[in-house]
Amino acid sequence: MPLYRSHVLVCGGTGCTSGGSDRIYDAFLKEIEAQNLKDEVQVIRTGCFGLCAEGPIVIVYPEGAFYSKVADSDVKEIVEEHLLKGRIVKRLLYKESIEEGQIKSLNEVKFYKKQMRIALRNCGVINPENIEEYIAYDGYKALAKVLTEMTPEQVIDWVKRSGLRGRGGGGFPTGLKWEFAAKAPGDVKYVVCNADEGDPGAYMDRSILEGDPHSVIEAMAIAGYAIGSKQGYVYVRAEYPLAVKRLEVAIEQARQYGLLGKNILGTNFEFDIEIRLGAGAFVCGEETALMTSIEGHRGEPRPRPPFPAVKGLWGKPTLLNNVETYANIPVIILKGPEWFASIGTEKSKGTKVFALVGKVNNTGLIEVPMGTTVREIVEDIGGGIPGGKKFKAVQTGGPSGGCIPASLMDTPIDFDSLTALGTMMGSGGMIVMDEDTCMVDIAKFFLEFTVDESCGKCPPCRIGTRRMLEILQKITSGNGTEEDLEKLEELAYSIKDSALCGLGQTAPNPVLSTLRYFRDEYEAHVKEKRCPAGACKALLRIVIDKELCKGCGICAKNCPANAITGQIKKPFEIDQSKCIKCGVCIEKCPFKAISKKA
Amino acid sequence: MIKSIQELEEIRKKALEELEFRKQHGEGIRIVVGMATCGIAAGARPVMLKFVEEIQKRNLKNVTVVQTGCIGLCKYEPIVEVYEPNKEKVTYVKMTPEKVLKVVAEHLVNGKPVYEYTIGYEENKEANN
Ligand SMILES: Cc1cc2nc3c(=O)[nH]c(=O)nc-3n(C[C@H](O)[C@H](O)[C@H](O)COP(=O)(O)O)c2cc1C
Ligand code: SF4
Ligand code: SF4
Ligand code: SF4
Ligand code: FES
Ligand code: FES
Repeated sequence: MPLYRSHVLVCGGTGCTSGGSDRIYDAFLKEIEAQNLKDEVQVIRTGCFGLCAEGPIVIVYPEGAFYSKVADSDVKEIVEEHLLKGRIVKRLLYKESIEEGQIKSLNEVKFYKKQMRIALRNCGVINPENIEEYIAYDGYKALAKVLTEMTPEQVIDWVKRSGLRGRGGGGFPTGLKWEFAAKAPGDVKYVVCNADEGDPGAYMDRSILEGDPHSVIEAMAIAGYAIGSKQGYVYVRAEYPLAVKRLEVAIEQARQYGLLGKNILGTNFEFDIEIRLGAGAFVCGEETALMTSIEGHRGEPRPRPPFPAVKGLWGKPTLLNNVETYANIPVIILKGPEWFASIGTEKSKGTKVFALVGKVNNTGLIEVPMGTTVREIVEDIGGGIPGGKKFKAVQTGGPSGGCIPASLMDTPIDFDSLTALGTMMGSGGMIVMDEDTCMVDIAKFFLEFTVDESCGKCPPCRIGTRRMLEILQKITSGNGTEEDLEKLEELAYSIKDSALCGLGQTAPNPVLSTLRYFRDEYEAHVKEKRCPAGACKALLRIVIDKELCKGCGICAKNCPANAITGQIKKPFEIDQSKCIKCGVCIEKCPFKAISKKA
Repeated sequence: MIKSIQELEEIRKKALEELEFRKQHGEGIRIVVGMATCGIAAGARPVMLKFVEEIQKRNLKNVTVVQTGCIGLCKYEPIVEVYEPNKEKVTYVKMTPEKVLKVVAEHLVNGKPVYEYTIGYEENKEANN
């Protein structure tokens, strides 16, 4: 490999790519060529650095200059100033990364300080399309170790002792699952990776596949060795084309290097992986539906037991784990189960990756030790709520989860404490909400999602969730009654008890959880026809302050609904029955006499 | 095809050398080349490239070449500063690609700065004239 004096790392993660990082990458190649720096400077596209809110992100080594919000038009300046003349372009540096003119190392930036990157260890660090960079950072060393130094039983014992629990939502002990699959009778067994990731707002698994696909491949091979399987499948949704492509490239490279296929690393072990594309139905992330889909049928759940470990793909014993679960495995093998078990809480070991989104300054991809509190995540890592607004709650677990209100901000996050609060770890979506978010509206949002995604196989889910949604619609439009609240709760519990699969069983959670912590908001909607957060449009009132109104008539002229009337030089008035709450009059009034009232 | 752990380990070592330098503020030796307008005019680029070439040829680990802007001593350009952990920095002046060869061999490899090329030597010379 030629030696370059400078490496330019352009983030190729989900967020930055949507911000145009592809164009920035191309612009660098072009500009570097134009300046004749091609043999000195290497441009690399990496996975997500985590600070997506500041994207597109570019890091230039060896200085470690962390450029944020880079635009195509900035590339020329970076190349001419930084790469050619060695002058760092200060105006583009991420504010927090400079201190007294000195560039701080990334680990010291507040966003990264409380984080610990195990599953994301290589994301943003290596070129995901270059297997040698993965190998450089101890890639495939864990596979080599298990193949030459450990028995399958030992591998399983280590995974058990590490305390790793499934990161796909349920938190089932991973080692135990491996043991069931290993002990299940049968010669043919399968290893499956669940990369369906259907939760709205979540993109953890996608980022791992895009930024470090080999860690998943290596872990699946280790799993294959542990349970006695030769064949793996990665089930990934077709809407993730970049993840699919990186995975394809990585599998091909692993085969070329003899790390997949026959006689891996000169041993008798044989293992290969194929990709299966999903059509992007949420229910296909459910394990039995996923396997049915791989088999080529419509992805519908079936009752468990039998569990996949006993009777899975094509009726054979199958080990099925989530992307992030796998990404932890190589590190556990290299650093030992005790090391892993020393991180996190009593019953939740290691770290968890979250996609931090919503009303928070630093949205992005984070990884924190289990037991980190909501406050640390929102305030320290997330940098607080924008616009000086008040923090209201975080929603975790997606459509299967619920929320944690501000009063419980110091709760340490782990599987069991979240369950105790009536929410879930889920796969790791974390939505931050401020005072302007209406909790009834949020519950409605998730229920709309469920109703769309229900496969329709069982009536409680198909019909029940629709009924719940209707009631929520009634409440948010101002027509709800106290009876409706009771009905809503009743329905919620009966669906939970009678739905066939996890989708239906958890669908009522967002409603139950918001009812638990924000019942007063539901009641305000029902009893006072008022939305305290001012988010439900139908319940808003647009009013003119008589004191401030000068009677100019501008509002009346601009109102598209002819809802405003009055006499010039006298206070004007709004007819609430005609007003469509468009807000035009608020903008137009030169005297700020019109406002929204919750 | 990697057929053994030894081969995997060899690839790892080789690939790591190239990546080593993405570590920030590496603990190793840093060679800082002044590359402001006057530095470039005085020939700093070939000097920097020579460093890169020599370091690669000799397979020196833990050495990074960094550029910087105006060092403030235009008449001594091209200027190169060598930072070693726990040692005083050494400033070389009026560098040329030929001089680089000697600096790499004596300073970086054998640990003995080349005094005749340093700023101290240059200033003494001027004072004595
Ligand atoms: C409706 C539904 C959707 C799910 N979606 C996903 C998903 O997108 N990704 C995932 O890993 N697990 C998902 N799960 C959980 C899987 O069924 C399964 O428990 C998990 O993949 C097991 O891996 P783990 O033990 O590593 O967590 C879903 C479950 C349900 C009920
Ligand atoms: S609970 Fe919903 S998604 Fe699951 S099987 Fe029943 S209808 Fe389908
Ligand atoms: S909000 Fe729109 S519809 Fe209502 S009074 Fe103002 S301008 Fe008219
Ligand atoms: S635009 Fe403002 S000041 Fe003028 S009539 Fe309307 S409310 Fe009154
Ligand atoms: S996508 Fe670039 S930092 Fe996350
Ligand atoms: S520009 Fe060269 S020393 Fe100032």
